[in-house]
Amino acid sequence: MTDGSAVSLWLKLLESVVFAALVLIYVAYILYADRKIWAAVQLRRGPNVVGPWGLLQSFADFAKFALKEPIIPAGANKGVFLLAPVVTGTLAISAFAVIPVNWGWAIADLNVGVLYLFAVSSLGVYGVIMAGWASNSKYPFLSALRSAAQMVSYEVSIGFVLVTVLLCAGSLNLTDIVMAQNSSLGILGWYWLPLLPMFVIFFISALAETNRSPFDLVEAESELVAGFMTEYSATPYVLFMLGEYVAIVSMCAIMSIMFLGGWLSPIPFAPFTWVPGVIWFLLKTSFMFFLIAMVKAFVPRYRYDQLMRLGWKVFLPISLVYVVLVAAFLEITGMGGQFH
Amino acid sequence: MVATVFLFYVFSIVAIASAFMVIAARNPVHSVLFLILAFVNAAGLFMLLGAEFLAMILVVVYVGAVAVLFLFVVMMLDVDFTVLRQGFLQYLPLGATIGAIVLIELVFVLGGWTLQPATVTMRAAPLAPNVTNTAALGRILYTQYVYFFQAAGFILLTAMIGSIVLTLRSRRGVKRQSIDAQNLRDRKVAVQLRKVPSRAGL
Amino acid sequence: MPGLLDQYLPLVIFIAVSAVIAGALLVVPFIVAFQAPDPEKLSAYECGFNAFDDARMKFDVRFYLVALLFIIFDLEVAFLFPWAVAFHDVGLFGFWSMMGFLAVLTIGFMYEWNKGALEWD
Repeated sequence: MTDGSAVSLWLKLLESVVFAALVLIYVAYILYADRKIWAAVQLRRGPNVVGPWGLLQSFADFAKFALKEPIIPAGANKGVFLLAPVVTGTLAISAFAVIPVNWGWAIADLNVGVLYLFAVSSLGVYGVIMAGWASNSKYPFLSALRSAAQMVSYEVSIGFVLVTVLLCAGSLNLTDIVMAQNSSLGILGWYWLPLLPMFVIFFISALAETNRSPFDLVEAESELVAGFMTEYSATPYVLFMLGEYVAIVSMCAIMSIMFLGGWLSPIPFAPFTWVPGVIWFLLKTSFMFFLIAMVKAFVPRYRYDQLMRLGWKVFLPISLVYVVLVAAFLEITGMGGQFH
Repeated sequence: MVATVFLFYVFSIVAIASAFMVIAARNPVHSVLFLILAFVNAAGLFMLLGAEFLAMILVVVYVGAVAVLFLFVVMMLDVDFTVLRQGFLQYLPLGATIGAIVLIELVFVLGGWTLQPATVTMRAAPLAPNVTNTAALGRILYTQYVYFFQAAGFILLTAMIGSIVLTLRSRRGVKRQSIDAQNLRDRKVAVQLRKVPSRAGL
Repeated sequence: MPGLLDQYLPLVIFIAVSAVIAGALLVVPFIVAFQAPDPEKLSAYECGFNAFDDARMKFDVRFYLVALLFIIFDLEVAFLFPWAVAFHDVGLFGFWSMMGFLAVLTIGFMYEWNKGALEWD
């Protein structure tokens, strides 16, 4: 902060508000897309009443929730009960602070951007634990325990996957990581190809980390009613729902930055490089979300012991070995690490 | 600079206030939540000092991992804390004495603390410009301080073994899934074709 | 380092903005929505009968073990981050130094595996 920069401070505030609003609008359409894709897989129409082709469905849902009666159970711990959804919502949205949607278009271009994202995603577990504990009801409590152990288990393999990307890029800065993938090879030069197993592991771990199907044991309705959200209604419920989707979208954004070259054009010559980077970034993020939505439509829910086994006995050793392999390869060839 | 000073006071005041609430809160879960708030504010102070890597690692490790464990413990103990508090006055003199001794010791330590003038120039790794502090840390941690680094590895190993020895209870009569056995089953093993004569049963 | 703080101020602002958005969303129905609480509505969700006791209970020590193992692996990852960033500066010695570290922890991991700490039953 240099002196007399009150103007730039207000500008930053305006930027933040606009960006957060854009993210939320994008998420509203991601929600719509999720329902449409799921419907299409099952040969249904999905939401198609509110607005043209149902495009305003998410906003109508939100208005409905905002007008519902908020209920705080008598046995609940009121402060923590209300704090939990705010924590979930805040953390989910604030992950976007470091996401560069184009060259230099990030709210805060941190040197340790990757660590920031890692930190924010590891804090996501608190919303669930707090909600489950504060509700003072059996189902939410069981769900909170489950999800805490689940999120924590997959956090480790996410960490190892991030390390392999960092080894290749040599920087914790997200802009640097994207630029390290910039080459004349275009789509073939991005990290998804050399780090393909890691990409797959990250994708699946991201599903588990955000409690997304097929790892949605937290809200497994056949066993736990609605999981930690059972006692929530009105906008506190919306905050969990929204937080979950914002977290999923941020995971999609992280995947497109880490493995799909962020805002870079897949074909590195003239007509394609004219397309603004934001468009590419949005396309990649939406594509990643499409994959996640398809997984939800296709894959049945995991059992809890299988989930833990997958995290600790499959992903952890594979990603650990891959860290060693990537490091050895880079040590021998002297490749990678443009930014150090 | 105004913003820095402002942030410094916000972070420090919240950190100290929440640290106080950790011991003052009646409910242990609230205590842990205040502890988390204190950690986050400490991370903010690290950030103001320019130690961005430490700030993030503090959040990742302490808030993201250690505090989760604390929450588990506090939630798991399921102790009636009003009962625990009943003996409070009885132990007060002893506790107060120990607290006072620790406080006096701390005052002596901090009062007698001087920085040798030579230390500033003898710093092992003066920060080069244009080097992020993560890279600066990486450059010396694995080479110059290799013994400490390896010692950290062994400490983690001890922790791993210790936690298993302390908490692992093997249960009897648990049916585990054997994925290999499931996958190796084929039609010959799993399906049996029998010709069942009418009215005779198997 | 003033340059560093220039990066972090927007971050603080953005986190504040998202907190305000989340807080505002929380408050809305308490202001605009109709509220008529009654004891049945406010009771905890159960399958048709009232809860016998407090919902919070003792649970399996395995969750505790998972959290402990997670801390250890999280620290391991924390050690890997600066190494990955400074990979080309630390040279072959740094490489082998990390391999030693990882080997020690792999021994621990194999111990866990053999002891059955990773089994979930």
